[in-house]
Amino acid sequence: MVTATSSLPQAEIPAGRKKKTQLTREKIRAAWIFLTPMILVLLAVAAWPLIRTIWLGFTDARLSVPGSGQWIGFENYLFWLDYGDGEGEWIGLLADPTWWRAVWNTVYFTVIAVSIETLLGLLVALVLNAQFAGRGFVRAAILVPWAIPTIVSAKMWDWMLNDQFGILNDMFMTLGLISAPIAWTSSPDTAMAAVIMVDVWKTTPFMALLILAGMQMLPGDVYEAAKVDGIHPVKVFFKVTLPLIKPAIMVAVIFRMLDSLRIFDLIYVLTPNNAQTVTMSVYARQHLFDFDNFAYGSAASTLLFLIIAGITIVYIYAGRVNLSGDK
Amino acid sequence: MSGRQKKLLQQLGLWVLIVIISVYALFPFYYAIITSFKSGSAIFQVTYWPTDFSLANYWGVLAQGRFPRNIFNSIVVSFAVVVLSLLLAVTAAYALARVRFQGRGILLFTILSVSMFPQIAVLAGLFEMVRGLGLYNNLLSLILAYMIFTLPFTVWVLTTFMRDLPIELEEAAIVDGAKPHQIIFQVFMPLMWPALVTTGLLAFIAAWNEFLFALTFVSNDAQRTVPVAIALLSGATEQEIPWGPIMAASVIVTVPLVILVLIFQRRIVAGLTAGAVKG
Amino acid sequence: MRLRSQTSVMALVLASFVAGTAASAADLSIVSGAVGRDIDELRKHLDMFEAETGISVDIVTMPASTTDQFGQYRLWLSAENPDIDVYRVDVIWAPQLSAHFVDLSEHAADVVDDHFPAIIQSQTVDGRLVALPMFTDAPALYYRSDLLEKHGFEPPATWVELTETAKAIQDAERAEGHDRIWGFVWQGAAYEGLTVNALEWVASNGGGQIVEPDGEISINNENAAEIIDLAATWPGNISPPGVLGYREEEARGVWQVGDAVFMRNWPYAYALSQSDDSAVQDLFDITPLPTGPSGDQNAAGLGGWNLAVSEYSPNKEAAIELVKYLASYEIQKDRAIETTRLPTLPALYEDEDVLAAQPVIGEWLPIFQEAVPRPSAPTKANYNQVSQEFWTAVHATLSGNGDAATNLTQLERNLMRIRRAGW
Repeated sequence: MVTATSSLPQAEIPAGRKKKTQLTREKIRAAWIFLTPMILVLLAVAAWPLIRTIWLGFTDARLSVPGSGQWIGFENYLFWLDYGDGEGEWIGLLADPTWWRAVWNTVYFTVIAVSIETLLGLLVALVLNAQFAGRGFVRAAILVPWAIPTIVSAKMWDWMLNDQFGILNDMFMTLGLISAPIAWTSSPDTAMAAVIMVDVWKTTPFMALLILAGMQMLPGDVYEAAKVDGIHPVKVFFKVTLPLIKPAIMVAVIFRMLDSLRIFDLIYVLTPNNAQTVTMSVYARQHLFDFDNFAYGSAASTLLFLIIAGITIVYIYAGRVNLSGDK
Repeated sequence: MSGRQKKLLQQLGLWVLIVIISVYALFPFYYAIITSFKSGSAIFQVTYWPTDFSLANYWGVLAQGRFPRNIFNSIVVSFAVVVLSLLLAVTAAYALARVRFQGRGILLFTILSVSMFPQIAVLAGLFEMVRGLGLYNNLLSLILAYMIFTLPFTVWVLTTFMRDLPIELEEAAIVDGAKPHQIIFQVFMPLMWPALVTTGLLAFIAAWNEFLFALTFVSNDAQRTVPVAIALLSGATEQEIPWGPIMAASVIVTVPLVILVLIFQRRIVAGLTAGAVKG
Repeated sequence: MRLRSQTSVMALVLASFVAGTAASAADLSIVSGAVGRDIDELRKHLDMFEAETGISVDIVTMPASTTDQFGQYRLWLSAENPDIDVYRVDVIWAPQLSAHFVDLSEHAADVVDDHFPAIIQSQTVDGRLVALPMFTDAPALYYRSDLLEKHGFEPPATWVELTETAKAIQDAERAEGHDRIWGFVWQGAAYEGLTVNALEWVASNGGGQIVEPDGEISINNENAAEIIDLAATWPGNISPPGVLGYREEEARGVWQVGDAVFMRNWPYAYALSQSDDSAVQDLFDITPLPTGPSGDQNAAGLGGWNLAVSEYSPNKEAAIELVKYLASYEIQKDRAIETTRLPTLPALYEDEDVLAAQPVIGEWLPIFQEAVPRPSAPTKANYNQVSQEFWTAVHATLSGNGDAATNLTQLERNLMRIRRAGW
């Protein structure tokens, strides 16, 4: 395995003993005592809230109606609304075009952004893998976008993308790329592009560093041999480097993907209320708090959880990503 | 083309790429800095080089309003979260790394999955809990909520780290009659500072940058953390959007992070690759 | 040993922040969004209040976008947050938040009759008066009297005339070298403000009020589609393309530096445009918003801000006192003179000081009296979602994603889903 991420820690205690010694038993007891506080905290902040969210999705809870929260089954998900005159229609989350629009927006954003980030990350990693003076500086420089709070980077870019006073429009107009200022964050045609632009800027470093770590573990003798044989560097890259760092890329991609699928803060600040950039998280929070549909929002949260879990499992299975660490 | 020319060209190409990458990474931050030093209507003139050097925006952000208070809140929350999660994680990591017991693999896998949780999935449940415990608009609610992403992450990274510590140390301690907690705190701890600093730093940054919970669980200006304060910064004066103060505030909260990153960049990279913390 | 030192650090941290929380507390907290000089003005009145009563008040600030404010307010109220005592609420929020607010009808019995009955009515839910009016609001069309005169135009009476006049003056001015000038600025961002803007267009063209008082969804009609299609020709033509991201303050920014011929905005912009550092000082005037080509109503969207006391305030007495103070004759008078906010007390429209300092307040009275309310009463708790659907459909049309007829048909379907069996 290439990165430490991907290998499950192995216990160092030899397991081959026929009988558990007194010492081992004592150790196991101590281990559970050590683990208990952490498990309790995780149960409280992760398991219980998740269960409650799922439960709330099956109720009619509203924040403005104290004491509401009666079990209504799957009505939030799918419900045949009978108009009483023989007409009717399906309503609920599964029949809500706005929800599916949000799912599409999220998936679209994730695929485009993560693809660009992977390619750029690969490029940056290749550059950083070369020997040159000031490499430490460049590596630190690309960490800056990663360290900046998402809200701050959203505001910085919001200012740079401002339609009237933004430097980006000024730059593009000076270069002759555009003829009139573009309202990047408010125009439906460019809102998603603006979000992707900022996300790529912010998270490419993460990608690059993970890939770089993979590259630096590659055996040097392979390259020496390739050099001696006079194989073209580009060919070496595609035939040798890429296959070897593929596991590292796969792991980096899955972490970025999970992150993009739940994106919220960047959109909340950069393109609020813009129908083109409403993602699953934004949709869920809107219903939870802005629209007084606490139960419906909970249902959306649950569905989002299932969708993300589903995509992750498919990805791990199809990409044969080795997260469990078995060699 | 001779070999030397070719090599020179390659070098040139490499340097062009290096410059592009650096400029791309740093320019938005640079532009925020030069904007933050502009005052009045100068802010609406696009310039590529620093033109003004007015501290008015910084003065406005730091001396009026609640921003210093928000910074303090962020420090308190992030610090408390880091200390608490490290405390819980060190012992848990020992158990997971050095003891073989039933269910260890499942537990580790669960911890890894929790660290990837979409936060929105627990928002409704957590909100209910915060309200029920009477922690609304209280920083304790954030300290509690942030455990969901810092704790699994720290446990995971510390486990990978502790697994690599030499077995001889532990065996020697056992021969001397040391109990497990003595092994952790007296034998391993001194060796673990680099790992603790790295994970602590990454957890700190994650908590410092969090927005969704902070937006949902506190209301008053005085309780807001930095990201919420910046997102909701409204003009108290007669400007349209207070871009100058927003940029000044952004620079103020980012500079410490940038300095930390510069100092600890090697550790951060090591920690990132070990734990693949969220970006 | 290390464990102990870590524990003590923890304790220290917790102690310091708990202490810090207590130290900053004022007697009351009021939450208020802001445009223009609102916060400065409010601070001044709160200081006066403190001088009179000894009760100190903290302002909790919110961004200007009313949509974000509403979501946060509902969140805080449903969390039964005791840390905010007074909420400044939009005229349409009373029906949706009424359960969380104190009934003021008895406390304010002595002053209720001084206000416009219609406004008091709008803040009364099931016989409970949930908020006292602070000021009322109705937008007007701001126009550059100097430019209209120079190019020989009259203030437009219809939206079509406005489009033509704006285009003509914009082109003429640009030909003279005023490159940045635009014909018309308004609020086109995807938020509550666009709902009000578009409701004005629709109502002025005889297209109804989105949802009628009896709950009927009326928005999908030809008159509505006609006027929204007309508005869709504005961005990039007579309005900056960025208008699709403009709220009140962005529009005022362009207007106040002299880069717009017309602006649709609320009264607060008047005082600011007349201030000494304004490029349009004494160069502009106001007129009612135009009528549509197929309608005859000068429809101004009814706004206005009111003050409500939270049911969860530990200090209700003082909070009620504060609300009554901020809604009083003297304070409303000062607000009208300083920031041209429209008073909710009929008597102030005849007050000589007010009319002398801000004659425009008198001009605004008829505009406000004919203002069109948003459909918050019939749609009840669903209003926010209805509004979002409406502004989304309009925003899509304005940005060229489908024509109005198509988008309004879709909108009607979405609204029916929200309504389900009934509002």
